[in-house]
Amino acid sequence: MASYEENSVSFTENSLDQRQLEEIERILHSDLISNGVHCVLLIDLAGNIIAKDDNGASRIDMYSLAALSAANFGAVEAMAKIVGEEEFALLFHKGESESLYFGKVNNELLIITVFGKEISLGLLRMKVADAMEHIRKIWRKF
Amino acid sequence: MAFINIKNKEVQAKIVYYGPGRGGKTSNLEYIYQQFRDRIPSEMVSIKTHGDRTLFFDFMPFIVGKIKGYSVRIQLYTVPGQVKYDATRRLVLKGVDGVVFVADSLSVQRKKNLISLKNLQTNLAAYKKDIFKIPLVLQYNKRDLEDQGIPVLPVDILEKDLNQQLKVPSFPASALKGDNVVATLKKIISLTMVAFQKGLT
Ligand SMILES: Nc1nc2c(ncn2[C@@H]2O[C@H](COP(=O)(O)OP(=O)(O)OP(=O)(O)O)[C@@H](O)[C@H]2O)c(=O)[nH]1
Ligand SMILES: [Mg+2]
Repeated sequence: MASYEENSVSFTENSLDQRQLEEIERILHSDLISNGVHCVLLIDLAGNIIAKDDNGASRIDMYSLAALSAANFGAVEAMAKIVGEEEFALLFHKGESESLYFGKVNNELLIITVFGKEISLGLLRMKVADAMEHIRKIWRKF
Repeated sequence: MAFINIKNKEVQAKIVYYGPGRGGKTSNLEYIYQQFRDRIPSEMVSIKTHGDRTLFFDFMPFIVGKIKGYSVRIQLYTVPGQVKYDATRRLVLKGVDGVVFVADSLSVQRKKNLISLKNLQTNLAAYKKDIFKIPLVLQYNKRDLEDQGIPVLPVDILEKDLNQQLKVPSFPASALKGDNVVATLKKIISLTMVAFQKGLT
């Protein structure tokens, strides 16, 4: 890559400095992983992973999950427009032991959580909402 | 738009294989997948019809290695080439950093190549991207058919049809046999990385 200072701030629109990234990772951990979420990804709408965390026991192919989630989100949003909605509020897929929950952080970021029976959907939604609010604040700062 | 993770020293960029239906986009990725198992950390994801036509996209990550201390990871995608899938095709282009246009050398597909290239221009424009500026490589695929006596377009006709204005690197290739598949990939990765470094300065 081109030469730039270690830990420099904003050389493209899509980079965060080290402190911001650490803050985001801390939030993902304390709001979500500590509350029983198996795996969490923060991605952009192109499918790039910005931050990730898991409980150490998950064997998930995070890069494929990110690519599929970004595309799926785009598809659902396009469907919403077709029926005259701006977006659908809840994106949730329930499985036997693993479930997926998606949240739109802002116009550029999505959060994906993989969770099991340890946490109820209600609590999860609350925790994801908290995490998204925290991340929005950090994202706005740069 | 590519993403740089300063903390983990990782760069992610998105390269999309575009082109008319049945042109050989998926075949390019399948060949790469076979050749570079050690650089591809996961299975290839394909959302396709029962007849093996791409319905949404193919996806696989490709680990390029270290460039200036950063580990570079490319996300390779194909779009569905069939005209009717334009909405999903556009979704796949979101955030694209580099494009390989896979043209079909079959004489009977001449017009389809032109329509698809025009469609690429339109869909890039929807994301405020200029086909003349984005890293782009042309591939004239299915050259092997010539040996079987099947009418294919001469390379200079393809150049005239598709590359007269663009003037980007182009490769005659066979995704089936693997000819120039890797050369195409290397070229688009290097163009994408160069554009990327320019963006950084
Ligand atoms: N002879 C020959 N056949 C090829 C070549 N590349 C692809 N094909 C064949 O062409 C057909 C279509 O190839 P795909 O790779 O699925 O084409 P695609 O561009 O992904 O098509 P869509 O998904 O519909 O957009 C398949 O039967 C391939 O085997 C080539 O270089 N030579
Ligand atoms: Mg295909």
